[in-house]
Amino acid sequence: MSLALIAALPFLGALLPGLLIRSGRNACALATGTVTALALLMLGLHAPAVLSGEVIHTRIEWMPALGLNANFFLDGLGLLFAGLILGIGLLIILYARFYLSSRDPMGQFYTYLLLFQGAMVGIVLSDNILLLLVFWELTSLSSFLLIGYWKHLPEGRQGARMALAVTGTGGLAMIAGMLILGQIAGSYDLSVILQSREAIQASDWYLPALVLILLGCFTKSAQFPFHFWLPHAMAAPTPVSAYLHSATMVKAGLFLMARMWPVLAGTPEWFYLVATTGLVTMVVAAKIALFKDDLKALLAFSTVSHLGLVTMLLGFGTKAAAIAAIFHIINHATFKAALFMCAGIVDHETHTRDLKRLGGLRRLMPVTFALSTIAALSMAGVPPLNGFLSKEMMLEEVAHTAWAGQVWLMPAFATLGALFSVAYSLRFIAHGFLGPVRKDYPSKPHDPPFGMWAAPAVLVLLLVAIGLAPMPVAGWLVDAAAGATTGGLVHAHISHWHGLTPALWMSVAAIGGGLILLSAHRPLMRAWLATPRPEAKRLFDGVLEPLATAARGVTQGLHDGALSRYFAIATVAVVTAGAAAFLTGSHQGGTRAPTPVDLVPVVGWFLLIAATVALVLRHHDRFLSLVFVGVVGLIVSMGFAYLSAPDLALTQILVEVATVILLLLALNFLPKRTPAETGLARRLRDGAIACAAGLGSGGLIYLLMTRNAAFPSIADYHLANAKTGGGGTNVVNVILVDFRGFDTFGEITVLGIAALVIFALTETVLRAGPANDRLLGWSQRHRQAGDRHPLMFVVATRMVLPIALMVGIYIFLRGHNLPGGGFIAGLVVAVAALMQYMASGFGWTSARKRVEYHALIAVGVLIAAAAGVGSWFAGRPFLTSAYGYVTLPPLEKFELATAMVFDIGVFLTVLGAVMLALASISRIAVRAGERVSATPYDVDLPGDGYGDR
Amino acid sequence: MASAVGILTAAGTYLILRLRTFPVIVGLALLSYAVNIFIFASGRLAVALPPVLSTQAEGYTDPLTQALVLTAIVISFGMTAVIVMLALGAFLETGSDRIDTDDDDEGAR
Repeated sequence: MSLALIAALPFLGALLPGLLIRSGRNACALATGTVTALALLMLGLHAPAVLSGEVIHTRIEWMPALGLNANFFLDGLGLLFAGLILGIGLLIILYARFYLSSRDPMGQFYTYLLLFQGAMVGIVLSDNILLLLVFWELTSLSSFLLIGYWKHLPEGRQGARMALAVTGTGGLAMIAGMLILGQIAGSYDLSVILQSREAIQASDWYLPALVLILLGCFTKSAQFPFHFWLPHAMAAPTPVSAYLHSATMVKAGLFLMARMWPVLAGTPEWFYLVATTGLVTMVVAAKIALFKDDLKALLAFSTVSHLGLVTMLLGFGTKAAAIAAIFHIINHATFKAALFMCAGIVDHETHTRDLKRLGGLRRLMPVTFALSTIAALSMAGVPPLNGFLSKEMMLEEVAHTAWAGQVWLMPAFATLGALFSVAYSLRFIAHGFLGPVRKDYPSKPHDPPFGMWAAPAVLVLLLVAIGLAPMPVAGWLVDAAAGATTGGLVHAHISHWHGLTPALWMSVAAIGGGLILLSAHRPLMRAWLATPRPEAKRLFDGVLEPLATAARGVTQGLHDGALSRYFAIATVAVVTAGAAAFLTGSHQGGTRAPTPVDLVPVVGWFLLIAATVALVLRHHDRFLSLVFVGVVGLIVSMGFAYLSAPDLALTQILVEVATVILLLLALNFLPKRTPAETGLARRLRDGAIACAAGLGSGGLIYLLMTRNAAFPSIADYHLANAKTGGGGTNVVNVILVDFRGFDTFGEITVLGIAALVIFALTETVLRAGPANDRLLGWSQRHRQAGDRHPLMFVVATRMVLPIALMVGIYIFLRGHNLPGGGFIAGLVVAVAALMQYMASGFGWTSARKRVEYHALIAVGVLIAAAAGVGSWFAGRPFLTSAYGYVTLPPLEKFELATAMVFDIGVFLTVLGAVMLALASISRIAVRAGERVSATPYDVDLPGDGYGDR
Repeated sequence: MASAVGILTAAGTYLILRLRTFPVIVGLALLSYAVNIFIFASGRLAVALPPVLSTQAEGYTDPLTQALVLTAIVISFGMTAVIVMLALGAFLETGSDRIDTDDDDEGAR
């Protein structure tokens, strides 16, 4: 558990800075530091066991079906990296506390930092490559936030975007590579993958997997030709640069190469891909670094160069090279973090990082000068500092490595890279601190407060200690980490003097050449500026711009906000997909005999078709189309009745009534005709789409009906258990209130919400606004019927009301066993009540209404819920029903089930929802000046004074 | 039966593709008929077979699809009502019942 906790701590802690920033910057920094220190402490507790060769595992099942588990493990390599991430993280937190100005939102900064830290720790501790990928992407995202922290600077935003684009693309490639790797190994667990070297290297998929994974590593570690994003990421605040580019983000790629080393390394492909890339990166970046005037740009390219060095060493695939790589990772983290912080101090104090405007800071900032000098000398590889040690080891390895048979090639280029490295390191000191004191610094420089130089000082002390006594200080860590990398016991021998080896001569040549290069810097710089070279950013933008334009074009083409276009595209897509599936699959004719056809259904069918066709042809006349809709609805409900679905027929016909009334009400306010607006071409196009859709759905259902179901229907289960389990013989109703009661519960809730939405919309329309004005000024344009509320109609509906209510109750009670039930009863009563509205007008009726429809809906849903919850008390799952038979004296024996209580809920909700929906729309009519009758029936005579507003 | 579903779908689709709210509402109603019948028919059709348990019945129709369609009918009513209200509200607010209002349509009524 505790390994998962180490990775989780920074994420949990990321909440703290945001909260604590209110109690001040110190509290905020302290909280962040405490979280990191705690994680470091927990890591430290595991260290003794790991150093003695143990591997600690923590396994948590997450999504085992996908092979994605939250498995963590800690070995020497993980310990080294986690230690670097957390240790340097701690120093960065301290440094950032003093670096950030009071205008910068510090809480955000620390939150991003902790998120990033958590993601990094997650990478190095993951034992599952899928989990690792999750963390990998998280580092890309959180580093985006960190690099773009100064949102007001365009360079910051661009740099962040570029970093995200490059590392994100690499990440995608790596996902593919990792999946291939997992497929070959048969597991996504690293510990398993690391054991299957032979299987993986023998596989045909080895090379694609290797290339894809390396793409991810190279983009992350800014290897040539992806190195261009790193210098642009320097727009970030210096603590971010120091953290991301010394110890963490860019090392993630190296970590992964080291992690995968036992499986992937040792083949010629690995050597040529990795070692060559590393060598090229090292030389190219070192050369560019020499000609950068910006302190941070210089350090950025030097970082790229050193990453290339480590990549090259890992590419050699030998044990000794891996040891050198691990050792150099440690050394680079110490001197580069220190140098970044020093550059930040210089920037902070002098307000410039331009080497051309600096110089002479030696006397003004002695502490910074001392720290920078030691760190830079280490970077240059000057004895006895730690940079020298690992560089010697590197040169030693290079000296006996041949590239494509050429023995001299690698040593020559490596020496050249080292030579450039010496030159730019010394330039950092010479042009920044040495020389005469100038008078034109943008700000008067002096040493910063202790808090700010404490962090680099710790690092410098460390690097000196490693340099003077490598074995006691760092030997054990290198042993553990290199042992874990190579998968065997390792005893490193790090010493200053190896005798007069080729490596020593190469070192001497590099230092000598570097000094010469520095002295000739001015003419070289002129030559450099004069030669044209590709500008990476412009190329990058050139690639990205058309992509963005294309994406925007597609989005706006498909997504222009026009409903008809959405619908057309969706329909065409569905029909095309269906057609493609149908045409490519094999197909046999149906075997099921068609249902024999009588005359009556044929007449019904003919009516339906005729009504539909007429509807389409005459849809401009809206009243007429409404009549046709009614016809269609009627036929459909009759069809249900004919085809043995009495419940459906009842429901359909009632809904039909309500729908037509609703549409009539709405049509009162909408234009009565639909103008023809579309041209012939558009109509033909739409007609074609519509025909295709109709053909598709018709064909599909035809094919479906002419054969038997592929699997036995679960309907049999319902039929068999309706009586015994649900206590009813009307299986449809039992399914609704019992088997699928939870669905029904959801559905009545939706219905209730729909009604409330209608109510809310009505309220909006009736509030003061253009709609309300329009309504108040409404004038009836068309002739009205003479009788507003005809006497006969009124009398008839009054008579029908009690009968309808009785029928409703009857239908409700028998619903469990015979066609009927809550839905239908609710609709019956609703229609009966609607009749009253129609007969006597809205105002007259609502004055006599004693129930609020909102309350009906609420009570209905609550009763249904209560019926469900009730079964908990009987120790049964939600909505289990119980039933018994009750005899009330005047009635027949009837059944009482708890499902019936649920059905009452359904009944009330349906009633309330239908009534609320229609009543809401009626209120619009009232607002539009319809007169409210004072009496139940009246005659609308021109000029009479009947009614009141 | 299948042809009815097809015709209803086609008509519904065509009407939804019109540019005014009312045909769209009607089209949606047609489409929901089509879908309901589709679901119903996927339980295979049967004439004169009861969905109610009894001792004399020789067989039963598929009650499951019926139950599904029953709720679907009620829900589609709710949805139609909401859309009608939306259309009405939009018309009263803007004075136009066009659905795709990206172009200038003042006074279209």
